[in-house]
Amino acid sequence: MSRFILPLGLFVVLMGFLGVGLSLNPREIPSPLIDKMAPDFTLPQLHQPDKTFSRSDMAGQVWLLNVWASWCVACRQEHPLLVQLARTKEVPIIGLDYKDDSVAGLNWLRQHGDPYTLSVADAKGRVGIDFGVYGVPETFLIDQEGRIRYKQIGPLTPKSIAEIIMPKVRELKAAGA
Amino acid sequence: MKRLLWVVVAGLLWVPVVQAKEAQLMGEDPVLEARMMALAEELRCLVCQNQTLASSHADLAKDFRHEIIVLMKKGKSDDEVVEFLVDRYGDFVRYRPPLKPTTILLWAGPALLMVGGAITLVVTLRRRRTLSTPEPLSADEQARLNSLLDKDDKSV
Repeated sequence: MSRFILPLGLFVVLMGFLGVGLSLNPREIPSPLIDKMAPDFTLPQLHQPDKTFSRSDMAGQVWLLNVWASWCVACRQEHPLLVQLARTKEVPIIGLDYKDDSVAGLNWLRQHGDPYTLSVADAKGRVGIDFGVYGVPETFLIDQEGRIRYKQIGPLTPKSIAEIIMPKVRELKAAGA
Repeated sequence: MKRLLWVVVAGLLWVPVVQAKEAQLMGEDPVLEARMMALAEELRCLVCQNQTLASSHADLAKDFRHEIIVLMKKGKSDDEVVEFLVDRYGDFVRYRPPLKPTTILLWAGPALLMVGGAITLVVTLRRRRTLSTPEPLSADEQARLNSLLDKDDKSV
């Protein structure tokens, strides 16, 4: 009987590894930028292209950077949540219109509602590369010093907002105040 | 008939060659692009994760290749270019992961499995050998055997 225990044990361990492997999402690659300074950038604003916006404009504030595009299907899914979040006025949301045509982006905001305190246009996607963007939508939580504290890959969900993002926002605000 | 067969075989050989053709280049500086493509073979496309940056047609892969060219034009070495991408996207962009505490299992795993397998094999074979050689009879057993054999002899 005892000679079955070792193979059985190995089998259980293997099943454990495979089970964990199944529950992981291979599209979620942990970002090396967490807890590092957000890349400094200056981009034209979407609504007023002659004006620019930089990371330093948000110094001293906890804010969200939401990377979206009018061609991005999953962005439609998370957009009502952003509109809802913007209404609470708890945290400013900056929109980064990624590799998009400005006209299409502006139309999209007109159609679906504009939750953004301000929108910038990254037409070439160059700033996106600096932020390690590879799957739109992505959302970054940035603290008062300009450090990236959390990154959501893929669309936000009511759960991720309520259980991860907002608690972190409150915690950072409390720590900074 | 034979000729037709050759045509089919040639066709089968031809298709993979066509598909393996690298994604579109920008076509300015062939030397620089050759260097970029050689490096891109070592890097993973993050959108289609089982393709290299060199073979991927994804939009992001094009941007990456363009970015690599820009960096190389600025005089960055291959290592510096890889570092640029790793800083932003993590070690996952590399097809050859570096040896680090987090990747030690990845590198040592196959060797460990092989050593473990070899030990199991040796132990099993040893045990089997001891099982197949019967234990010698004890003095009592031998005496009983002898008496039985003797009895047998007499009855014949």
